[in-house]
Amino acid sequence: MTIKDKSVVVIGAGPAGLRAVEALSKAGLRPILIDEAPLPGGQIYRQPPVGARRDPKSLYGFEATKASDLHGLIVRLGDQIDYRPETLVWGIEGHRLDILSNGQFSQISFDALILSTGAMDRVIPFPGWTLPGAFTLGAAQIALKSQGVAIGRRVALVGAGPLLPLVAYQYWKAGATLCAVLDVTPFSPKVYNLLRLMRKPGTFAKGLWYTLRLALAGHPIQSGVRAIRAEGADRVEALVWIDVSGKERRVEVDAIGASFGLKSEAQLADLAGCRFVFDAKSRQWQPERTPEGRSTVPGIYLAGDGSGIGGADVAELTGEMAALSLIEDLGQPVEKARIQDLAKQLDTYAPFRTALEAAYPFPHHLIDQIDDSVMICRCEGMTAGQLRQAVSQRGATEMNRLKALTRIGMGRCQGRVCGPAAAEVLAREAKSTIEAVGRLRCNPPVKPIPVREVF
Amino acid sequence: MRERLRTDVAIVGGGIAACAAAVELRKAGLGVIILEKGRCGSGASGVNFGGVRQQGRDLRELPLSARARPLWDGLNALLGEDVEFEATGHLKLARSEQDMAELEAYRVAALGCGLDLTMLGANAVRAELPWLGDKVVGASLSPTDGQANPRVVGPAFARLAAKLGVDIREFTPVLSASRSDTGFSIESETLSVSSRFLINTAGAGGGLLASIFGEPVPITPQSPNMLVTEPLPYFISRSIGVCGGDVYIRQVRRGNAIFGGGSGWHDPELGFSRPSNEQSLGGMRRTLQLVPQLTNAQVIRTWSGTDGRMPDNIPVIGPSSTTPNLFHAFGFSGHGFQLSPAIGLILAELVTRGETPSPIDPFSIKRFANWQGSTTGISDHTDH
Repeated sequence: MTIKDKSVVVIGAGPAGLRAVEALSKAGLRPILIDEAPLPGGQIYRQPPVGARRDPKSLYGFEATKASDLHGLIVRLGDQIDYRPETLVWGIEGHRLDILSNGQFSQISFDALILSTGAMDRVIPFPGWTLPGAFTLGAAQIALKSQGVAIGRRVALVGAGPLLPLVAYQYWKAGATLCAVLDVTPFSPKVYNLLRLMRKPGTFAKGLWYTLRLALAGHPIQSGVRAIRAEGADRVEALVWIDVSGKERRVEVDAIGASFGLKSEAQLADLAGCRFVFDAKSRQWQPERTPEGRSTVPGIYLAGDGSGIGGADVAELTGEMAALSLIEDLGQPVEKARIQDLAKQLDTYAPFRTALEAAYPFPHHLIDQIDDSVMICRCEGMTAGQLRQAVSQRGATEMNRLKALTRIGMGRCQGRVCGPAAAEVLAREAKSTIEAVGRLRCNPPVKPIPVREVF
Repeated sequence: MRERLRTDVAIVGGGIAACAAAVELRKAGLGVIILEKGRCGSGASGVNFGGVRQQGRDLRELPLSARARPLWDGLNALLGEDVEFEATGHLKLARSEQDMAELEAYRVAALGCGLDLTMLGANAVRAELPWLGDKVVGASLSPTDGQANPRVVGPAFARLAAKLGVDIREFTPVLSASRSDTGFSIESETLSVSSRFLINTAGAGGGLLASIFGEPVPITPQSPNMLVTEPLPYFISRSIGVCGGDVYIRQVRRGNAIFGGGSGWHDPELGFSRPSNEQSLGGMRRTLQLVPQLTNAQVIRTWSGTDGRMPDNIPVIGPSSTTPNLFHAFGFSGHGFQLSPAIGLILAELVTRGETPSPIDPFSIKRFANWQGSTTGISDHTDH
């Protein structure tokens, strides 16, 4: 059996997965690229549906060239890869994937697998967050990029990371009415970390540009917001917040985009048996990844935000890196110089990332303001009060026990949305740490699958 | 520094039966320590289907099952918590005339053991559940059976035990155990426990503990395979099983349909079980034959767990055959949930009085003293 006969699968067609299949096909492999979306690009470079194409410049701004290049990869690689869009991998057992595509169940066996499964918004519940009209920042961006629509006519955006100025800028450019742009992290760490942020002048300049351009347009980002809540009877009617000086402010809106950083989508790595480590800075568990993209399970490789939040550019580099490690492990020589070059490039992002994390510290005060009536698990209708009671009266000190006792994380999202917030609430109530309360164990399916007659 | 403890009764394994026994022993004034390798109620007690069922059991289990049944009515009051027990009845479906004959034969035999079952023909069962699939030709109904939430019963029992003064040590796997003239010594990594009595409720690990005391048993790990749908309008008003046991279905009040059958896979090295995706897909087909209405319902979760299975599919319960003051209750072979509160009473009786009114002779560990049979080759199916 030559390397060409090996079954190599890449899951996720974002920047990491696309660069991975490019490197794999260059080495003579014909990887299978599986993606849930109908078109490649991942969340960051998500494309409008066929028939609704728009100018990349208007969709991706500064990143238009990068986006177009990645989108074009699928066409350029043509038959050199086996591209399977609109396909869900819902389980992994050993070296076999369980697939749902076009309503049909099937399986794929693999010799080697790259997981580039991306990230999603981190949700911190606040009063009113489940009202219709409340979205995450990522969802607000997807609505714009994919469908060319804003989430509402009068929009407020709230965040705790570099996505906030970007989405706000994109909404402003698209002509949406921005009623408030609120950053729940303080302004000062951004100043302190200015010099370190300058390490990546290009990226920094873009963030600065979005911020300044917004300010010039009359939409300054308000930092240091202490608390927020959405108001409305049947849907979002207003956003109320406590500003940096402690004053309550209110603006009438019909939509809110609010989320607070990113969390890795690592369910498949969990099912594959990868060991997880706790990342204290981003306060989340992630699959352990070597700088070369190897997981703790032989034959399984990790790339992109699914195993460490680094952003799109880092994802491209880690995607290629994981592919080269995979090729090397299959016994085919790889260009050492290229690996060193990738490592060097990745090194330049590390201090920037550190500075970014320092500039946008975790908004602990938003967790502290979650009162007992706030819904945490919207699938199962569990409030913070019910979780706290399970901790104080029923002895839950760990996430899976909390789940068993309350149903938190047992609904459609399986804890993807509510898990991190529930861990924060649990850790505070149990006077423990996010690391000590652990993480929800994953079981298949990673996303819902229909009951069908299969075989 | 090793912690040294002395007590009357040491219990290895913290499932429902163990905690229920501990509660009774405390009420009798004895000191009790529970050593649990994970969390109390997180083993077979917590990850089973949740069936509270007498119907379909081995006839020898029926007296124990009958003793357990009224205890379920009182669990909420005893535990101070809603364990979601509902006497929805248990309907065992027949998919052939042969199945019907089997059900009728069981009905007659069970009546002799005090369990009253009602046979339903094809029309009667459809009058009861009009949505049943074409495959169903009849059923046998046990109206007093039901279902409960297995995730909450064990932890609630453990809390009650702790409140009564039981010393519960979680994440404390037992490494060795021995007996001398003065009593038992049980060692974990950090703990040495001396006790007068030892109770083995270690589930799938029960065989290992028994073999330490010179009475090995042919126990194998058993992992169920279960699926849960998103919440649906409530319509599956009975807990459902079938002849052959390859599928079982219930719906919780919240609306989620739970169905299972077949086996997950067990990793002996990691010591845990996971659902098998192939079995899950197979379970979908078998379930749809009985409940076609579940077509296209979304499965949001699957789960498995580990129990110990005995080759004759009934548990080991009772005194050790080699060691005085050692009592076993393990190997419930996938159907110990309903029995567990009664098993607790029986264990406490054995410790405090040396005897129990329940007929436990058929479950004696002695039956494996000269066991020649194989541990495999038995049916993969368990009745639920």
